[in-house]
Amino acid sequence: MLGVINYKAGNSTSVLNALDKIGCDAALVESKEELSECSGIILPGVGSADATMQSLRDLDMVDLLTEMVLVRKTPFLGICVGLQVLFDTSEEGHIECLGWLGGKVVRFDDKAVRVPQIGWNRVSFRRDSQLLDGLKEGYFYFVNSYYAIPEDESIVLGTTEYGVEFCSVLEYGNIRAAQCHLEKSGETGLRILRNFAALSGSLK
Amino acid sequence: MLTNRLIACFDIRNGMVTKAHKFQDNIDILPAEKMARLMYEDRIDEIIFYDITASAEKRKIDLETVKNVAREIFVPFTVGGGIRSLADMYEVLKAGAEKISIDSMAVRNPELIRKGADAFGTQCIVLSMQVKKVPSTEKIPSGYEVYIDGARVATGMDALQWAVKGESLGAGEIVVNSIDNDGTHSGYDLEITRMISNAVKIPVVASGGAGHPSHLIDVFTKTGASAAIISSMLYSPRMPRNYTVRELKDELIAAGISMRPWELS
Repeated sequence: MLGVINYKAGNSTSVLNALDKIGCDAALVESKEELSECSGIILPGVGSADATMQSLRDLDMVDLLTEMVLVRKTPFLGICVGLQVLFDTSEEGHIECLGWLGGKVVRFDDKAVRVPQIGWNRVSFRRDSQLLDGLKEGYFYFVNSYYAIPEDESIVLGTTEYGVEFCSVLEYGNIRAAQCHLEKSGETGLRILRNFAALSGSLK
Repeated sequence: MLTNRLIACFDIRNGMVTKAHKFQDNIDILPAEKMARLMYEDRIDEIIFYDITASAEKRKIDLETVKNVAREIFVPFTVGGGIRSLADMYEVLKAGAEKISIDSMAVRNPELIRKGADAFGTQCIVLSMQVKKVPSTEKIPSGYEVYIDGARVATGMDALQWAVKGESLGAGEIVVNSIDNDGTHSGYDLEITRMISNAVKIPVVASGGAGHPSHLIDVFTKTGASAAIISSMLYSPRMPRNYTVRELKDELIAAGISMRPWELS
């Protein structure tokens, strides 16, 4: 079963609706007990990195989540802020993030572009991956003021142009994440969710 | 490159998409979820849904319809009408909407914008404003006044100043609906759209008056708007013809406007 971490500021309902649509065995998880039973994990995110990290702490999930992803190699997919909190710190807030990946999260230059970025933008893929099965490139829906700069360039799977060329999809072993809202990116977003569901063994 | 957005707007009454002319004489068209599904399949970029009688009838928004629509569409979904408090916002978001549109309630209680943005993020809060051209005065220097309550009540507020204040309070997007042009199908009010777009950094959504693809080309090339709301031209039986999203996208792209292409990669 694919677990969608449910926290108050998140948009878990939208993610679950999308997973239902593609025939995925998925449920919202709100406790460590529920989380420990998942064969794959999605961390959706809206709002700020601080709010997301605070919610994960309030649910007392950080240690178990880290163990499942880094040690047990459970397939993990972060969406939007769920990508940003994978790094050490974010310019946006003050709370320590998950720090699974080296790098930083910085703000778009609001002298150059409207911030936040809101709308459909193109993702160009740098290499093949099971996550991108059936897609060559595509347009996805973004809502973000911040973007990640991974230390290790080789984890970048897709890039997008918004004043700068930034990392919009990444993959490092079992850790995958997208800055765009896959659950709100029409058929192309659903395709990536389906690919993730397939590789975590959660398709019905 | 970030593309411009086409947003389908539905006025909802008793779970049905309804179409008015100058805020009156409604005719019902299709159940909301059915219409949403059709628009999603035609690859609309985004959907806005206004529960048009919730505010006037002093009742809460129709959450069942929000849930039904949210299960059918996988593009951004904004909901407005009758939202008075943080608790109302939370219910609507939990029902599956991404964004909340506030209009008259934001004028009555501007702190609602700030509270909503603090609780759910600025990207959740869409400030919608009904604007009408008036003689320029000291109090209304832009020559556009904000109206509320279904565009029936003048507020004495300057539209441009209200937009700037809305941004500073934490609105993530601003919908500028021209009361004069709404229902005329003669094109958007380019002047106020441009003024507001130049004055704020957040995305501005043009609304009111679209009837022909050339109106969309005008608004995207002449105003700085990031998105445009369309409704009648998509589905109103009162129009001489309707357009599919595909026809509109193809025409806009041919005119050199940056859009998410209808064809997937």
